[in-house]
Amino acid sequence: MAYSQKLLDYFQNPRCVGEIVDASGIAEVSNPVCGDVMKLWVKVADGRIVDAKFKAQGCSAAIATSSYATEMIIGRDVNAAKSITKEEIAEALGGLPAGKIHCSVLACDAIREALK
Amino acid sequence: MMPVFTEHFGNASSIHWFGQQAKTMIDDARSKVAKLINAETSEIVFLSGGTEADNLAIRGIAESQKSRGKHIITSQIEHHAVMHTCKDLEKQGYEVTWIPVSRDGLVDPGNIQRALRPDSILISIMHANNEIGTIQPIEEIGAIAEAADVYFHSDGVQSTGKIPVDVRRLKVDMYSISGHKIHGPKGAGALFIRKGTILKPLMTGGGHERNRRSGTENVAGIVGLGEAARLARLGLSTEMPRVEALRNRLEAGLKARIEMIHVNGEDAPRLPNTSNIMVDFAEGEGLVISLDLKGVAVSTGSACSSGSLEPSHVLTAIGKTPDEAHGSLRLSLSALTTEEDIDYVIHVLPGIVERLRELSPYYKKV
Ligand SMILES: Cc1ncc(COP(=O)(O)O)c(C=O)c1O
Ligand SMILES: [Zn+2]
Repeated sequence: MAYSQKLLDYFQNPRCVGEIVDASGIAEVSNPVCGDVMKLWVKVADGRIVDAKFKAQGCSAAIATSSYATEMIIGRDVNAAKSITKEEIAEALGGLPAGKIHCSVLACDAIREALK
Repeated sequence: MMPVFTEHFGNASSIHWFGQQAKTMIDDARSKVAKLINAETSEIVFLSGGTEADNLAIRGIAESQKSRGKHIITSQIEHHAVMHTCKDLEKQGYEVTWIPVSRDGLVDPGNIQRALRPDSILISIMHANNEIGTIQPIEEIGAIAEAADVYFHSDGVQSTGKIPVDVRRLKVDMYSISGHKIHGPKGAGALFIRKGTILKPLMTGGGHERNRRSGTENVAGIVGLGEAARLARLGLSTEMPRVEALRNRLEAGLKARIEMIHVNGEDAPRLPNTSNIMVDFAEGEGLVISLDLKGVAVSTGSACSSGSLEPSHVLTAIGKTPDEAHGSLRLSLSALTTEEDIDYVIHVLPGIVERLRELSPYYKKV
């Protein structure tokens, strides 16, 4: 299998799953390439992300990157969160196989959309 | 197979004694393969596998018949070995009619009849599909081809050894076989070529295999394929009914324990060993990885795992949307599959599906 242990861990035990009732921003994005979908809820206070939750229907890479990115933005200020790149996410998870890089786009798109 | 590497290492074209020994072993393998599909020994050509068999059949006829016409009829659910070969011929000026299939994955022979033209030279329709296992009405299509005097090739890679095959009854002129699909070695295969079929070889050289396929024979591969063919023939009556019962147990067990799953091609004649199921609100690659982590090897038609990032052309052809194909799972059984294996999958898959569905933003518990 071409996935790292860390990615598999985030796929099997995803963090930050769920919904936020009083979210300040919600995004629902789908990957035009393969059809994976991610929904992200964020709660912002004083320009900082105080909570984030996600749900996703997609491949293991999509679920793992969605979970990791959601966890990553909690506590960050909005502008820093918006500047997160797909490469950063992929790298943090031990890299993605060449054909799966597009899966990490999903999380970046969702973050930008939810913080718009 | 092993003695071929250690003791009988002769070249089958040589006249010295160990060359002749190799020739005897190849001939023996040839008669075993012939027997499996009711062909004559001289009608079996050994080559590198199913892909080469498909290429030789299609390109061989396209080349030899081009003065007669350049129209080829095939289906929308062929293996890539046929599909990409036909697409390549399209680029070379051949015209291809791509016959659609029903939602059950079946070709309607009437559509073949209607597609025939005076310049048609070849019909190529697979016997059984590699993703959903549906078995095409080859005998009926064979009768149509014969009446129209058009060559008929069938890719039999999946059907050989799983269901009885009689090339005379099916009226095929060419039939592709692959070693590794019948528990034989990879890189060995055969093409049945009916006596009298005019086809231009892909390989030119020393004139091996009655001028159909030049190149020193892969003796070990051929011997392995021959033995696999012999065992497969025996297994047709002993193993396959058991495999089919296991497949049915698997599908019944999963349907009873998982909501919102569908079996593709369920109402069509199907191979005994194939099950293609569609799981709503879960994605196929995630299912495959989850099962893999539990020691179960399966595959999917999801775009996410295809490399090309396109959903399977077979699932698309049976009318599935990319979203539906996204959640497809293909489970293949064999004579080596046990009841414990099946019960294990029935035991672990519901939890995996449930977990992935819980993660889906669209799934609502019913
Ligand atoms: C229907 C079908 N045709 C052709 C092939 C290609 O056979 P091979 O791998 O021996 O080249 C396969 C193999 O997966 C197949 O399933
Ligand atoms: Zn994906």
